[in-house]
Amino acid sequence: MQMLLISLLVFFIGGVLSLLFSRSGRIASIVGAGSAFVASIIGLFPALHSLFSGVSQQLRYPWSMPCGSLSFELDPLSALFLTPLLILTALASVFGAEYLRSWSLKKSLGAPWFFFNMLAFSMIAILLARNAMLFIISWELMTILSFLLVTFEHEKKSVRTAGWIYLVAAHVGVLFIFVVFIMLGMKNGSMDFDKFALPPGSIAAASLIFVFSIIGFGSKAGFVPLHVWLPEAHPAAPSHVSAIMSGIMIKMGIYGILRVFIYLGPPHEWWGWLLIGVGALSAVTGVLFALAQHDLKRLLAYSTVENAGIIMIGMGTGVLGVALKSPLMAAAGFAGALLHVINHSLFKGLLFLCAGSVLHGTGTVEIDKLGGLHKRMPWTSFAFLTGSVSICGLPPFNGFISEFLIYFGAFYSISSMNGAHVFSSSAVIISLALAGGLALACFTKAFGMIFSGEPRSGDNSRFHESSPSMLLPMLALSSLCLIAAFTAPLTVSAFKYMLPQLTGMTFSTSAKALDIIIKPLWHVCFISAGFFLWLFALWLLRKLMPRSEVVEKTVTWDCGYCRPNGRMQYSSSSFAQPLTRFFNFFLRIRTLFKGPRGIFPKDSHYMTETPDIFEKGFFAPIFARIHDFLVLLHRFQNGRVQMYIMYIAAMLLILLIWKLS
Amino acid sequence: MDNFRDLLIVLLMLINLMLLASSRIRYCIKIVAFQGLIVGLVPIFAAENGIGIGIILTALCVIAVKCVLLPILLQRSQIIADVRREVDPFVGYTASIFIGIAALVISFWISTRLPQMEKQVSHIAAPAAIFTVLSGLFIIMSRKIALTQVLGYLVFENGIYLFGGAMLLENGFIIELGILLDVFVLVFVMGIAVFHISQEFNHIDTDRLSQLGDWNAELPEEIKK
Repeated sequence: MQMLLISLLVFFIGGVLSLLFSRSGRIASIVGAGSAFVASIIGLFPALHSLFSGVSQQLRYPWSMPCGSLSFELDPLSALFLTPLLILTALASVFGAEYLRSWSLKKSLGAPWFFFNMLAFSMIAILLARNAMLFIISWELMTILSFLLVTFEHEKKSVRTAGWIYLVAAHVGVLFIFVVFIMLGMKNGSMDFDKFALPPGSIAAASLIFVFSIIGFGSKAGFVPLHVWLPEAHPAAPSHVSAIMSGIMIKMGIYGILRVFIYLGPPHEWWGWLLIGVGALSAVTGVLFALAQHDLKRLLAYSTVENAGIIMIGMGTGVLGVALKSPLMAAAGFAGALLHVINHSLFKGLLFLCAGSVLHGTGTVEIDKLGGLHKRMPWTSFAFLTGSVSICGLPPFNGFISEFLIYFGAFYSISSMNGAHVFSSSAVIISLALAGGLALACFTKAFGMIFSGEPRSGDNSRFHESSPSMLLPMLALSSLCLIAAFTAPLTVSAFKYMLPQLTGMTFSTSAKALDIIIKPLWHVCFISAGFFLWLFALWLLRKLMPRSEVVEKTVTWDCGYCRPNGRMQYSSSSFAQPLTRFFNFFLRIRTLFKGPRGIFPKDSHYMTETPDIFEKGFFAPIFARIHDFLVLLHRFQNGRVQMYIMYIAAMLLILLIWKLS
Repeated sequence: MDNFRDLLIVLLMLINLMLLASSRIRYCIKIVAFQGLIVGLVPIFAAENGIGIGIILTALCVIAVKCVLLPILLQRSQIIADVRREVDPFVGYTASIFIGIAALVISFWISTRLPQMEKQVSHIAAPAAIFTVLSGLFIIMSRKIALTQVLGYLVFENGIYLFGGAMLLENGFIIELGILLDVFVLVFVMGIAVFHISQEFNHIDTDRLSQLGDWNAELPEEIKK
């Protein structure tokens, strides 16, 4: 715990120092990124220790804030979220130092590094806070700092719009979080988490709190339909910040739901169904929209929605297992969800860093303008490939393990419960399978269009591979994806310390349930390792084989044209078209098409775009109405001092007359 | 003596109406200076226990500030900013007169409902004071040019001063001197602001200053007008 406080202090001091050195972009970067790296490494020790030994430590100081106290606790659940946070912060800071360097001449880098360090600071504070006031202040700090980081390139109008959407979405969420904490704290009149309690027999209150916590925290976690800020904010933010936001910040929403869930007592069945329903909707919607995107970072943002949905499905399975008193289903569901939290932060962080590397090397993330990058950026290509394989849930990488656990829970419930809950479990299985398949298509498209083939735009001479300080964090995350897969049984067995808290089971029951789950995991690991070795052997064989045949190099796309060019290739929208057309009733893709006409056709073009239906069809009309109403108020608040004085004077006069008459 | 005092007070009310009806700024400054003189004189004529040195000193002080110093400052600002008249006020001059008359009626009504003071100087002093306050406020609200608004503040302050003097409030003069200082600083600041505004923008319309705020940029066209 002391080490975590030291780590917090280093984050803070490093941030302030980089602000002080903001005159020189280089020093600010070194100080900011360096302190973030050091602080993360310092904090990683206690986090890992608590995660694997199940020790929790507390610290409590009085605070003059009303209803507030500085009470911190590091328990295994916090440690589980802390670990990926610190790993990703450390690596993203190294990446960011190089990534931001191209801006060092144009703008001050002191402030962005200050915000970056303080963002990590605030997220650690959220995870350690055991007082609602402290929690909400840290939460708000996280929101504002990430807003400031999103609007790093605030001179662009699109970035400002994205920032606004993000800020509004975040604050709608905070409103519900306030209500959640107030309802929890009402009975004992204290905002300390350990005094949270519900009056006995208040089933309706618990359900209300649960729903509110899903709305409030879910707006951060990116559940459909509260996800609209993700596809706006992630492309706008600098890539290492997107990695942090998508990898870790949205997990704070998951953490919040879990943390509140602990205090709600035994769950109802329909809570699990609700979670599964929302999760399935998020998973399928997210991946469908990801498939239809043309912007790599937008695609990744939608894929984050999908993965948040998968985590939610896992939690739903777990909650259902608790409600149905099935330890194995509960353990499998929660273990899958928690493991996916770690895994997703690793591979989504990796993919966003890759997107940053592509943006850095080529100046664009428009998939249809890229192509053939594997030849120019082999390391980035390799890292993106491992990330894609992980996120699609393919063995031997880590994404497979966590989805496997959720499948395990769902199949177990079907096979063991006499078909009573076939419906919810098969919904889990079907939505997971659908999302997995579509994710595979989506990332095949992303990787294939960006890295294989030939460059699609003419001007590609300046495309270059990123420098080692950007590649190293990416490769580190790639290998972590693999390591996380093979150490998954160990990680899952460490969940026995937090499962009693979440599920209300005894320690021995949860440990026993986890033992049953871990057994097939070891099999998975062995098979994966065998597969991996087999691949390696094939590769070695290919290397060692005598090269008798002559290797001839030619352009990738020739097709018998006399003058082929890169734009004749398959485009990303044509790749996705069979699937997107199938789901068009839902996606509502807008097509602009002007075909060639006449004997000598001149210009013709074809364009598709996929606006978010929830944004355009749900939020935009609501906000338009609100705007219309507020514009009416502009007549009163019209910026004229004279009018404002009139309001005051008229009010006073009316009060005077009213008092005297 | 009493008649002369009431005459002054009636004059004060007429001055308010004149101010509401005039558009030329230099003329307005002169009127306000004259009002300052009258307001400064009223306590001297209102004193019942004989004229003490304190009262005379206060009166001199008030007259020096309100009738001499502030008008000179304002006149200088007017010359620097080169504005002659308030061309396009929010409320027209004829309408202003009618509103002024309505304010007069309200003031008389209010003063009948006020708790009766034992040592009231004159039965028209309180309505005159309230009327002055209201017309000062109205000038602030209805005029656009910064200088006219400063004049409005001055008139407003005159009203308060008259109220204090007419009601013979305890420690009234000390409070008055405090307010006087406020107004002095206000005029000073406004003078500087007016000078800078006119340097930057070639006009001193306060309503156009609102364009400096960035939220205003998104106002729909019909409201901007």
